[in-house]
Amino acid sequence: MSQQPPNWASEARWKKIAIWVTAGSFVLLIFLTFDTLSKTSVGGERVRAYSVINQEIDYRFDAQKNRYMPVIGKEAPLFGKVVTEAEAEQLVTLGKKTVQSKNCMNCHTLLGNGAYYAPDLTKAWLDPNWIDAANRESLMLTFLKDPVGNARANGSGRRMPNLGITDEEAHGIIAFLKWMSAIDTNGFPNNFTTINAKEQP
Amino acid sequence: MSAILSTLPGKLTSLFAFTESPHLNGGQKLASKYFTVAMALFVAQLLFGLLAAIQFIWPNFLFGWLDFSVNRMVHTNAMVVWLLYGFIGSVYWFLEEESGTEIVGLKLGVIAFHVLTIAVTVVVLVYLLIQTGPGKDASIWFINEGREYIEAPRWADIGIVLVMLTFFYNVAATFMKGRWSGVSGVLTLDLVALAGLYCAGMFYLTNITADQYWWWWVIHLWVEATWEVLVACIMAWSLMHLLGARRKIVQTWLYIEVALMFGSGILGLGHHYFWIGTPDYWFSIGGFFSALEPIPLVAMVVHSVYDAGVHKFKATNHPAMAWIIAHTFGNFIGAGVWGFMQTLPQINLYTHGTQWSASHGHIAFFGAYATINIAFFYLAIQKWRGNVWMGGELPDNGWKWKWSIALLNFGVLGMTVALLIAGYEQAFIERAMQGSTWNAYFAAQDHPWFREAMVWRTLFGLVTIGGLGLLIWDLTTIGKAEPRPALVLAPRD
Repeated sequence: MSQQPPNWASEARWKKIAIWVTAGSFVLLIFLTFDTLSKTSVGGERVRAYSVINQEIDYRFDAQKNRYMPVIGKEAPLFGKVVTEAEAEQLVTLGKKTVQSKNCMNCHTLLGNGAYYAPDLTKAWLDPNWIDAANRESLMLTFLKDPVGNARANGSGRRMPNLGITDEEAHGIIAFLKWMSAIDTNGFPNNFTTINAKEQP
Repeated sequence: MSAILSTLPGKLTSLFAFTESPHLNGGQKLASKYFTVAMALFVAQLLFGLLAAIQFIWPNFLFGWLDFSVNRMVHTNAMVVWLLYGFIGSVYWFLEEESGTEIVGLKLGVIAFHVLTIAVTVVVLVYLLIQTGPGKDASIWFINEGREYIEAPRWADIGIVLVMLTFFYNVAATFMKGRWSGVSGVLTLDLVALAGLYCAGMFYLTNITADQYWWWWVIHLWVEATWEVLVACIMAWSLMHLLGARRKIVQTWLYIEVALMFGSGILGLGHHYFWIGTPDYWFSIGGFFSALEPIPLVAMVVHSVYDAGVHKFKATNHPAMAWIIAHTFGNFIGAGVWGFMQTLPQINLYTHGTQWSASHGHIAFFGAYATINIAFFYLAIQKWRGNVWMGGELPDNGWKWKWSIALLNFGVLGMTVALLIAGYEQAFIERAMQGSTWNAYFAAQDHPWFREAMVWRTLFGLVTIGGLGLLIWDLTTIGKAEPRPALVLAPRD
C-alpha cells in the first residue's frame, strides 16, 4: 500500500476536478436561474398577470402539446367586480400572506409541495367539489370562514380546523387560488376534470 | 429586571453543567452541549411525529388544540434543527484536533449556542401556543413563515444566520491559526455555501412560482448537496479515528465525493422544478442530473466497505462503527434508491405530492443524517468518559446499543415501506385513475390499503420510539465504570 497511487487516483487531481465541477455546475445554475425567473415573471405566458382573476379559467387537455394546459377564457370577474392589475395584486398578496400565516402548507400541498393530510390546492379553484361555477364563490367564502360548521362530507373523517380567517382574508385566499390555477404547471395534475368540464365536457 | 438578565448566562450555563467532563478540550465541551440539545429535539421529533401519525388514524385526536399542521411542523422542524445541532457539535468536536490549536472564539461560540437554544425554544413555544396569525407581514416576522421546513419566523431566520456566521468564523479562524487540511478546506467552503443558501429563503414573494423556486434552493441545496458534503467531512474524520484509515485515501475519496455530489446535486435541483410553473427544459436537466445523484452514494458504500475491509473491521468504537455502516447503506438506500425511484418526470407526475415523498423523506433523513449523528454521539461519549474501551466484549454483551440500532433501523424501514404502499395506492387511485380532484384524493385516502398502511406506519413509529428510548438509556450508561482504556489506532500519514 505504500507505493504512489496512479495519476488518475491522485488526491491533487481529484481536488482540481472537485473545484471545476462544482464551479461549473454553479455557473450553469446561475445562468438557468436568470432564464427561469425571466420566463416565470408575473404577466408572462407561464405565470399570468394577477388581473387574470377577471377572466374565466379552465384546465384542458392540449392535443398538440399532449398535456393539460390552463385555458384563459371570457371575462368572468371574481366576486362580480372587475379589478385593475394593482387591485388584483393587492388581493392576491393578501391571500398569499394569509395562506402562509395560517400554515396551510402543513396540511395541504400547493403546486404539489407541502403536507399530505389534505387535498392539493394547485387547481382548487377548478375543483368539481364546488358543485357549479355559479355557487363556487359563496361556497368557498362560507367554508373558509367556518370550515368546521361547513365541513364537506368525506369518508376520512378529517376536517379543516377554524383558523379565524376573516371575510377580507377569505376573499384574498380565493383570489390567490383563482390566480394560482392559471399557472402553467407543465400538465400537473394530469387527467384533472375541472368544474367547467363537468358542465361542458 | 437587569439583575435577572445579568444572572441569566450563569443560570443557563448551570443548566448544562451536567455535560461537563474533565476529559474534553474546549471545543468538545461546547459540542457536548450541542449534542444534549440535539437528543432532546430528537425526542420531540418522534413524539410530534407520533401525534401526527395518530391523527391520520383518528382525525379527531387533539383536533382544535394541536392540529395536524402544528404537529407535523414541529416534527419536521425539530428534525432539521437536531440534525444541525449534531453537525455543528461534531465540527466543534474535532476542530481543535484537526487544526492543531485551540478554538479562536470559543466564548463567542458558547454565547452563540445559548442564543440559538433560547431562540429555538421561543420559536417552538410560539408554534405550539400561538400557532397562526392574521394574513400580515407581522405574522411572517413573528409567528410562522408558513413555508414547509423553514417555517421559523423571520426574526429567527436572522438569528440563525448570525449564529451560523459565528460558527463559520470559529471554524475558518481556527484553521487559519492552526493548520489546514483537505478535510478542513472542504468543510470551510461548504459552510460558506450552507450559510449563504439559507438567505435564499428569507424574503417574501407573492409569485408562488418564484417563491418555490428560491425555497428549493434552501431545501434541496442544503439536503441534497451541502449537508451531504458536510457529513462526508464528518465521516472522513470519523474513519481516520475509528479505523485508523490513512488521511491520503480518505481525503482523495472526499474530493471524489465533492465532485460527484455537487456535479449531480447542484443541477439535480431541477427535479423540483417539474411542476411549479418553471419552463419544461427542467424535465431534461432535473431528470438527467438527479438520476446521477445516487452515484456518489454508491461510491461512499464502496469507500466504507473498502476501508473497513482493509482494516479488518478493527475499530476503536463498535457502536459508532455500526452506525457508520448504517449511515453508508442508509444514505444509499434512502437518498439514492428511494430518491431515484420517483425522480424522473414520467413517474413524478403521479407521485409528486403523495406519500411516496413521505416514504423517501423518512428513510433518507434517517439513513443519511440521523445515523451519522448517532455514530458521532457514540464517539463523543467514549471520550467524555475518559477515552474508555468501546470495542467488543462490552458488559452485558452491549445488548442496549445492539437492540437500539436494530429497533431504530427496523422501525424506520417499516414506516418507510408502509408509507410507500400508501404512496403506490395514492399514485394509482387518486392520480392515474381518478385524475387528482378532491374526490379522487379522498377516494384514495379512504381506501383500506391506505388506512392499513397508516396503522402500520404508527406501529413502526412506536418501534422507532422504543429504539430511541433504548439509545438514550445506552448513551447515558455505556462506558460507565469501564476500567479498560480505548483501543489505540494511530492514523498513518
